[in-house]
Amino acid sequence: MRVLLFGPLRDVAGWRERTMAPPPGSVVALKAALARDDRALGEALERPGVQIAVDRTIVRGDARLSAEAEVAFLPPMSGG
Amino acid sequence: MTVRLQSDKFEPGDLLAAFCKGRRDVGAVVSFTGLVRAEGESVQALELEAYPGFTDLQIGAMADAAVERHGLIDVLVVHRTGHLRPGDPIVFVATAAAHRRAAFEAADQLMDYLKSRAPFWKKSHEAQGARWIEPALQDYQDAQRWDMSAPGPLEDRR
Repeated sequence: MRVLLFGPLRDVAGWRERTMAPPPGSVVALKAALARDDRALGEALERPGVQIAVDRTIVRGDARLSAEAEVAFLPPMSGG
Repeated sequence: MTVRLQSDKFEPGDLLAAFCKGRRDVGAVVSFTGLVRAEGESVQALELEAYPGFTDLQIGAMADAAVERHGLIDVLVVHRTGHLRPGDPIVFVATAAAHRRAAFEAADQLMDYLKSRAPFWKKSHEAQGARWIEPALQDYQDAQRWDMSAPGPLEDRR
């Protein structure tokens, strides 16, 4: 699955896109896996206003993930 | 209805001329061009990030809603992404309607949405360093004029 980070999240993590094996389960499990690798990123993902899109649709944290999913973490949007 | 994100520069006059061309049922075209402000001399560059395939879809949904609400005949939104310099055109909105009121109001509404809620992430490169920008309070208040303060169906704020 592909994981995408936007805006300030990209600066925190030092990467923008990563292909990884999906952790079994939901977005919650993915966040936990990312936080284990990088505590600062884990904290940034928990900040208020960070939305999650799976295959370009906003979802809740308990959304299930497929192996082909594109998961994007969207920090508060700035407008253009 | 057309929404375009592009990293290349655009010429607002060319966009407007092309948008107006060959129309016989349109009595009013309103266009807005936003330029990158230098804020004195503090802003050296802006970096605008979009999520292609998501950002354009969300803006398209808002443009469709504006077409519906104001009875527009057509809308064009062009937004730049990537690195921009002060003075660069960053956004262009054109609305076409039978009469002027609808065209003015729709362009106003679309710009309020684009400035406050559109899925972009904006970094300002300044002499003191770079910082990520959030919408100004005024931008939120402007958007609220159109009853867009509550999360819409496309936004699921947990």
